[in-house]
Amino acid sequence: MAFLEFKNVRIAGIAAGVPKNIASNLYPTEEDAVSKDYAPEDFVKTTGVMERRVSYELTTSDLCFAATEKLILDLGWEKSDIDGIIFVSQTPDYILPATACILQDRLGLSKECYTADISLGCSGWVYGLSIGASLVSSGGLKKVLVLCGDAKARSRNDVRRRNPLFGSAGTVTALDYLEGAPAIQFHFGTDGSGFDAIITPEGGARNPVTKDSFEYYDFEGSRMYHLQARMKGMDVFSFGITTAPKSVKKLGEHFGFNYLDVDYFVFHQANMKMNDMIAKKLKLPEEKVPNSMYHFGNTNGGSIPMTIVAELKGKVENKETSFICCGFGVGLSWGTVAFKTNNVVISDLVEVSDEETDKVHVV
Amino acid sequence: MKTLEEFVALFAEQFDDTDASEITAATEFKDLDEWSSLIALSIIAMADEEFDVALKGADVRDASTVEDLYKVICGKM
Repeated sequence: MAFLEFKNVRIAGIAAGVPKNIASNLYPTEEDAVSKDYAPEDFVKTTGVMERRVSYELTTSDLCFAATEKLILDLGWEKSDIDGIIFVSQTPDYILPATACILQDRLGLSKECYTADISLGCSGWVYGLSIGASLVSSGGLKKVLVLCGDAKARSRNDVRRRNPLFGSAGTVTALDYLEGAPAIQFHFGTDGSGFDAIITPEGGARNPVTKDSFEYYDFEGSRMYHLQARMKGMDVFSFGITTAPKSVKKLGEHFGFNYLDVDYFVFHQANMKMNDMIAKKLKLPEEKVPNSMYHFGNTNGGSIPMTIVAELKGKVENKETSFICCGFGVGLSWGTVAFKTNNVVISDLVEVSDEETDKVHVV
Repeated sequence: MKTLEEFVALFAEQFDDTDASEITAATEFKDLDEWSSLIALSIIAMADEEFDVALKGADVRDASTVEDLYKVICGKM
């Protein structure tokens, strides 16, 4: 039973960085892999994704870096006080070393810094938060940053093709030690039998990159090469609408609260059809379920903090606010967290230009 | 337990532009003009809501008629 509870740790602040460049799904270009099966308007209506932020230059770490600089400033923290960073992403800067190591240096943090990368997608923020919370809750580390997001693809063929469902975002969540802070409670689950529901088939050690990795093949009607992530959309949809509501209910039952009393429910921004269904099954009123996918698309692991920044800034800072957040997807993996914020700092959305890539940690 | 007739009616409800009279138990639904992967998601959502059954993509792909899909759902209940 993967339930966890951490005391004496609070979420002090949240920020998100996105590329400045906007791609519209109503006016797709040749670079947008929009199916010809349906009209752009129907795609927007069903998925709930009207536009998203894209860049061929900015990596996840570039976006997380910009968001983190902003949040540290807004919190008034000293960089020398930050004891750890967790970087959660499936689009690291390099296959090795860990991107968290690069970010320690780029952010100018102490060398006495705990850093680790976590390879998870849509459930990643909740997992990353649990690890950060566990490090801080013990009192061992006093200030930890959980950086989470996904952006620029890890491979590129001669043709530029972007999936119209997904947008780039890099987020940061700041945790600090505070005695008596309300407990942060988690539920987690995994079903690795669905490992190929969302998968990049080649490029890992199981199927290493070869020149044939760039050959095209047909996957459920889409022309893809073997280094691109592919998704069994119907399987993932079915998984999401059944698993996410169950996880939310289990969390409430285990920790003895009525989930309907919570102020806000922030779900991974999969697509509107899936998220509507999840909210409906949990009988949640619309105003308690913010969505950011209309303007930012499915921003993968970072979608929960992305939604908090885009939709809840200005609504939650000045009073105690309770949240349930649930991430679910690639793995298959899921996690749900319940927490309360009090005077949380939510930074303005950071828009990052293509020139703001890392210029130092390049080879 | 819903009958085949009830399932056919629920199935037809997922379409916007296709008249319900065009859809029967024997309809090969993937041949309908309006059929798309988006409609397939609506069907999966309906199976979850009305039957508490989690359909997979393969279940939808392997079925050709509406009745085939009804049988798959019954088998999973």
